[in-house]
Amino acid sequence: MSTTDERLADLLDRAVERDMAATSQLISALEGRRVGSGAVLEALHRAGGNAHVVGVTGAPGSGKSTLVSVLARELRDRGLTVAIVAVDPSSAISGGAILGDRIRMQDHALDPGIFVRSMSSRGSLGGVSAATVDAVGVLDAAGWDVVVVETVGVGQAEVEIMRIAQTVVVVSVPGLGDDVQAIKAGLMEIADLHVVNKADRPDAGKTVAELLSMLTLAGPPGPGGWPVPVLSTSAADSSGVPKLADTLAEHRAWMAGSGEGERRERAMAAARIHSIAKDLVLARLADPSATPLVERVVAAVAARRLDPHAAARALVDNEPITDLQLEKSA
Amino acid sequence: MREQLTAVEAGPIRVLMAKAGLDGHDRGVKVVARALRDAGMEVVYTGLHRTPQEIVATAIQEDVDVVGISLLSGAHMTLFPQVIDLLKEAGVFERFILIGGGVMPDEDVDALLAMGVAAILGQDTPPDDAAVLVRGLVAKRGARV
Ligand SMILES: Nc1nc2c(ncn2[C@@H]2O[C@H](COP(=O)(O)OP(=O)(O)OP(=O)(O)O)[C@@H](O)[C@H]2O)c(=O)[nH]1
Ligand SMILES: [Mg+2]
Repeated sequence: MSTTDERLADLLDRAVERDMAATSQLISALEGRRVGSGAVLEALHRAGGNAHVVGVTGAPGSGKSTLVSVLARELRDRGLTVAIVAVDPSSAISGGAILGDRIRMQDHALDPGIFVRSMSSRGSLGGVSAATVDAVGVLDAAGWDVVVVETVGVGQAEVEIMRIAQTVVVVSVPGLGDDVQAIKAGLMEIADLHVVNKADRPDAGKTVAELLSMLTLAGPPGPGGWPVPVLSTSAADSSGVPKLADTLAEHRAWMAGSGEGERRERAMAAARIHSIAKDLVLARLADPSATPLVERVVAAVAARRLDPHAAARALVDNEPITDLQLEKSA
Repeated sequence: MREQLTAVEAGPIRVLMAKAGLDGHDRGVKVVARALRDAGMEVVYTGLHRTPQEIVATAIQEDVDVVGISLLSGAHMTLFPQVIDLLKEAGVFERFILIGGGVMPDEDVDALLAMGVAAILGQDTPPDDAAVLVRGLVAKRGARV
């Protein structure tokens, strides 16, 4: 074992004892580096699979962080530990980000049963980057009962959240006709449950009714299916939150009993393998030892002696290419 | 086996910005936060009136590179030692670069630097300079494992 592996193994040992510093350092160590060294990643993956991973998404400012904070309190009262991964968009220009979700969660700063990690979407579309997936993996392995991932909903892209969440909660607010339109666009099919937050505001009932009628249009669930509920909450005064916690637990039980849980696990596994494999291939091409060949192949494609498909097959599959194609002007 | 988990692909610099003390002004902190973001950093902002305990717990969970604490109320000589003690108690003092912001006399600045605070920014420090300073301090520290 290398020293890095030893350090990671030590962090994992401590993380499963709910050592916050170790958990957090392990997340940092894995962040953005999925092509990691074997032993610890294997241990990490084996240890996981026990947490209830809940995705919370919805329009900016719909009250997701406030709601997650109140939900965390409710789950704590039910004896569960809660880890929260709060993802904010990163600036397209600088790549930097201001991560402000924590402002709404400060009440929990000193609770050893609540862990909060903020991260930026690091340019990934649906706000769920490789780093998010890895962080959820660490928290799951470390034994947190519920892992909540908050991402900003911006249309189609939230489909990404399906990759890590067992239960997807879509948050909307009353009085935004456009909001319902946005939901129609991308979120309808990923919502396991809808929450109309800020129900203390007028028109909440109307938004609930709109969502219900859209769900009716989509048709009833098949036999043994999950009828997507529409709940209303007020994160401001916690009303509706116990019902939300109940419904999350019901959905989890349904997932386990219906086979849908297993189906999603497989889909998530496939998606992860796919993206890691892609990274592996790209890393191989970026490896300095591959550079001379890459450069020659690039020159050959640019000079139209070689087509880009053959070039890619040559680099990835070692498909032979003739010297003639490669060398001429090199 | 290849050592790919070392410093190969260090992510963005992460900075916690906390506003301690009783005063209700965080405009200055927000201006600096934006400058750091525009310099490509991830800035965790926690809001007003944070206690030393909250700051340390947050720094640990967020595992930031830099902990920036701003306070205008003159309590720096009690607050910073408390933060430092709590970090040491948790065994993570070495892991973080501590930066203070606010107005204080030179002898206090010297005392804080002697305690292990890496830098103190005065109120009139241009925000872009703060970004350069943070980048420099993180570079000097090198990669963290
Ligand atoms: N009236 C009312 N206000 C709420 C409720 N929930 C949240 N808010 C307020 O809505 C604003 C936004 O809340 P956040 O929790 O930050 O919303 P968010 O969806 O996490 O925002 P982003 O992460 O920026 O997308 C804050 O001012 C909250 O106080 C609610 O149930 N009722
Ligand atoms: Mg939020």
